[in-house]
Amino acid sequence: MALGCQTTANPARERPPRAVVGSQVGHDEQMFGAAFDGRVVRRFLSFLEPYRRRLAVAVGSVLVYTASQVAIPLVIRHAIDKALIAGISSELMEFVVPVFFAVILINYLTNVLQEIIVGRVAERVLIDLRRAMFEHLQRVGLSFMDKTEVGRMMSRLQGDVNAMQEFLENSVFAVGDFVLLIGIMAVLLALDWQLGLLTLSVVPILFFVRIVWLPYARKSFVRARETVSTANGALAEAIHGIRTVQGMNREGVNFDLYDEKATDNMRANLSSSKFAQVMVPIVDALTGGAMAIVIVVGGSMVLSQRLDLGVMVAFLFYVQRFFDPIRSLTMQYSVMQRAMASGQRAFEVLDVPLDIKDKPDAQAPAEIDGSVEFRNVTFGYVPDQPVLKNVSFRIEPGETVALVGPTGSGKTSTTSLAHRFYDVWEGQILVGGIDVRDMTQASLGRHVAMVLQEPFLFTGTVLENILYRTTGATRAGVEAATRAVGAHDFILRLPQGYDTPLEQRGSNLSLGQRQLLSFARAIVADARVLILDEATANIDSYTEMLIQRALARLLEGRTGLVIAHRLATVRTADRIIVLQDGEIIETGTHDQLFAQCGLYAKLYSMNYSSFDDVPDELVCQVLSSASAT
Amino acid sequence: MRRDAASQVGGGGGVLSTDGAPVVAAGTLLRIIRLALKHPWRVVTAFLTTIIAANFQLLIPQFLGQAVDHAHGLLVGGGASVDEAQAALLAAALMLLGASVLRGIFTMLHNYIGESVGHMIGYGLRLAYYEKLQRLSFGFYDRVHTGDLITRGLLDLEGVRMFFSAGLVRLVLLANLIGIGSALVISSDTVLGLLSLSFVPFVAWRSSVARLKLRRMWRLLQERLSELSLVMDENMGGIRVVRAFAAQGYEMGKFDTASDRALDMANQRIGVRVRNTTAMTFAYFIAMGLVLWFGGLKVIDGQISVGKLAEFLAFMTILQMPVRQLGMMVNAFARASTCGARLFEVLDLVPTIRDAPDAPDLKVKEGVLRFEDVDFAYRDAASDERVLRGVNFEVGPGRVLGIVGPPGSGKSTIAHLIPRFYDIGGGRITIDGQDIRDVTLESLRRVVGVVQQDTFMFTASIENNVAYGDPWADGERIARANRAAQLHDYVSRLPAGYESLVGERGVSLSGGQRQRLSIARSIMLNPSFLVFDDSTAAIDAATEQRIRAALKDSTRDRATIIISHRLSSLMHADEILFIENGSVVERGTHADLVAAGSRYSELYALQLKPADDEEG
Repeated sequence: MALGCQTTANPARERPPRAVVGSQVGHDEQMFGAAFDGRVVRRFLSFLEPYRRRLAVAVGSVLVYTASQVAIPLVIRHAIDKALIAGISSELMEFVVPVFFAVILINYLTNVLQEIIVGRVAERVLIDLRRAMFEHLQRVGLSFMDKTEVGRMMSRLQGDVNAMQEFLENSVFAVGDFVLLIGIMAVLLALDWQLGLLTLSVVPILFFVRIVWLPYARKSFVRARETVSTANGALAEAIHGIRTVQGMNREGVNFDLYDEKATDNMRANLSSSKFAQVMVPIVDALTGGAMAIVIVVGGSMVLSQRLDLGVMVAFLFYVQRFFDPIRSLTMQYSVMQRAMASGQRAFEVLDVPLDIKDKPDAQAPAEIDGSVEFRNVTFGYVPDQPVLKNVSFRIEPGETVALVGPTGSGKTSTTSLAHRFYDVWEGQILVGGIDVRDMTQASLGRHVAMVLQEPFLFTGTVLENILYRTTGATRAGVEAATRAVGAHDFILRLPQGYDTPLEQRGSNLSLGQRQLLSFARAIVADARVLILDEATANIDSYTEMLIQRALARLLEGRTGLVIAHRLATVRTADRIIVLQDGEIIETGTHDQLFAQCGLYAKLYSMNYSSFDDVPDELVCQVLSSASAT
Repeated sequence: MRRDAASQVGGGGGVLSTDGAPVVAAGTLLRIIRLALKHPWRVVTAFLTTIIAANFQLLIPQFLGQAVDHAHGLLVGGGASVDEAQAALLAAALMLLGASVLRGIFTMLHNYIGESVGHMIGYGLRLAYYEKLQRLSFGFYDRVHTGDLITRGLLDLEGVRMFFSAGLVRLVLLANLIGIGSALVISSDTVLGLLSLSFVPFVAWRSSVARLKLRRMWRLLQERLSELSLVMDENMGGIRVVRAFAAQGYEMGKFDTASDRALDMANQRIGVRVRNTTAMTFAYFIAMGLVLWFGGLKVIDGQISVGKLAEFLAFMTILQMPVRQLGMMVNAFARASTCGARLFEVLDLVPTIRDAPDAPDLKVKEGVLRFEDVDFAYRDAASDERVLRGVNFEVGPGRVLGIVGPPGSGKSTIAHLIPRFYDIGGGRITIDGQDIRDVTLESLRRVVGVVQQDTFMFTASIENNVAYGDPWADGERIARANRAAQLHDYVSRLPAGYESLVGERGVSLSGGQRQRLSIARSIMLNPSFLVFDDSTAAIDAATEQRIRAALKDSTRDRATIIISHRLSSLMHADEILFIENGSVVERGTHADLVAAGSRYSELYALQLKPADDEEG
């Protein structure tokens, strides 16, 4: 395979000053945090509470397992000293062999037990934590969600929770490693404290070497991780942006820039593998050294009969074992660091205050009359900057009201409030004559349906999307709804009709089709009140006609509050409310408002197909001239 | 507009395979080996050091056994003096220390060199993959899932990269340890040798089976976890729908279903892992027990020494880890063959749109673009439904051509044909008489600017994004293009101005601002042919007007094509084509077409005059 890179950049030209590939932003911000944070650990322990008993069993098995591992060389020692050298075969057959097999059976059983319990509990805790976070987010007010990027939240729900799992699994095994290390040391000292001390003298050396090595090695590992994610980011960007890359002839420049990243990555990888491997001969030399000590000193002691031969053999076996726990224990440090940082971020999610809650005595009326009333409502997102100022209006059951006004006039806030996405600062909002704060959110959601400007579809089939959370709707009911909005025909034309899966949030449908599905979803939900934010630009005139018809059917027999962008919609409404700077400046039917010659009439007479097409300067002109008169 | 994916893949034109079962394909592995052999000295050194390290390791049990016997020598009443025994002990200790150190050094070397070969292979593949992706045509990208391409470039490349060190080098190591090790122990005592090796076949088998099984389960687990992520991601992305329908309970139900599925798989996987690892340890200990049992009897019978028994036990300790890792090696082979197959599949694609051999550069003299009877169909469209049929037009410098039509009529396709993002089926497209298929792509695309419908923002500064097509451009040119695109004022007001980062982590631009940036990007290159592919839909009419006015001066030598469904964007064009089902059904100036009272005038009525007869 040849590197067929016909770089198009002129080699004589210098490196382009204004070109980069991939993100230039660093990734690992968590590498140098604290390795222990009492609050995080305590909080995390509360998630382990339900599994207290099982974890106790797990820790118990870890201890027994470790003890059995420590015991094996002791059995061998006993065999050598008490059976082999003494030449007593009955001791071997009747004691050593049965004991050995008993020990390894215990070793096997406790090994299974600890691994299964720890693995399962860690998975369970991970799910519990993730579920708690997710459930909390379901109840957090939109004012928080608005400010939060989905991607960020996802990385907490995934990466951070996974880091906690790693931590949990590791800490149980770390207990095992620690106990093993202590166990081996204790046995060595008990067997012969002088030889034991001498042999263990290599341990501090290893600790020292690793402590010196760790910061450098870690820096190099982090660098390898960063460069690989930078290079991967650049690759992903090349794939996503390929149409622009080719359209703009950037292949050559990008290749050279990517080559730099790939080279960086290769260098960082080589350096990190150098760092990882340099420990190998050190550990081997120390192991060899410890064994040499046992052989020379221990052997001489055996020769002078101050030590049993079996003890010397046991020492040789222990020496081969005690570097493993030291190695894995020193690796725990970075796991802990990661876990503390992740834990902090995960628990932050759980600590987001819930600003919108059901009252304990909140009502859940089975039926409401469908009226919507705003009484002196003042509301805003930022303190002292009200978006709605003392707004009052009433929509009778069955009436359709169009909200009209320039961008930033408070239309979207009005509809959001009717659904209690936020709580008002002052005044109150009544749906069916009940203050929305006195109703359960679930029942408000049942009586008030909402169609958003940007139709949002979920992964699943067309049918599942139309039904969404509505239970008890029949297939016939769904078809009636889709027929009403004119979606039935195109759905039938899809490869599997109603059972066609939607790809990537419905990207296999056009925007107009998605809009119609979201209309059908609202009809099936069969709420008394319908709040609708009409789609703005980007719909061609043909689809728009379809949508206009569907809209009329959707509003039939329901109370409608519509943020209208299309003049056609506005004119068919029973009443029009014109908002400006958070206040109602005009209200009435199309004809009445037209006769008033206010903002509405001016905007209307400009003959734009949509109010959003009206340039801002024109609105300003109209407003200033309106206020001047 | 959704395009039915078209196959533009040469060389068989097959659809990229989805992930298959792990089959060890010799051809793929050979190809990876050939890549490794590009670094012959490193490969040879890696194997040599591996062999040396393995054999030093095999020496260690012998020295241990000797040491035990020397220490024991006096007790059993041998003839050696204490001094001689101590000297022998010292010699054994030094030999053992030497063997350990050398084993460590050679292990370090073979690990490092083995990995370095992998990193170099990885580097070469990365570049080749990147370059290939840059050259593949739009038709290819229409058809493949971008996520799949990224996976190939990340995980599959990793699988290939790891093959040398985790597969081949480990194979040599294991073959040496087990092969020579077995020969040594069996020759010194057949029964004990066989007993001490008795765990090897079982562990090797369990470890390989478990690895392959765990890998399959891992993939299933990842799938289920991504289903769970999807639930969470969509929940937050569609938070307003969730809240509007008070569907929190329903969403929790979705979460629980997905997480239970993932948990179930995770638990199964833990089960498989634990059953196997614990059984492997158990088998090893059983073998050790047998050696102790039979070896002990032999020692008591005087057939072998205690040192010999210790040697067997030490040999088992040495062999245990590598044998357990046999599964990793098998996995490395399986992974390399599937990953390699997936990666090479892309690397072997031949871009359908490429320069003809010895193609000259395009020379623009007058600047006239001509479509002559152009037919076009996306290649693997189910029927051979043509998207364009016999389209003819001509547009020259200073002229503006407008193209309008219902969704799916083929108008955007025209924009893609001019810079030759796709090749046409019939007819020809020429610039000053030169067929665009006969000139180099680079020279063609340098003179054609297409402002695309969906604008891609690179994670970089606004300046870099605007200067994307010419990263050598000076600040003044960039600012000029921004002024014309009516973006300069906005950018200047940003705290970091032109240095502000856009893209995923940067400032988020509105749809209209993105389109304006896209326009700035194209006009900065001062192309002879500028195509707006529905690229002003999110820009308000007044701003669009101002952009048009600002471009007036520079359009004197430029042919402009405006594709839009908003008539106000193209009413002023010198000629307007109305396209329906891939054919030009009406053409003329705005006045002509309105007067003709057909399709175009209907659309005009619909858009610019709010009709009164709509409610019915």
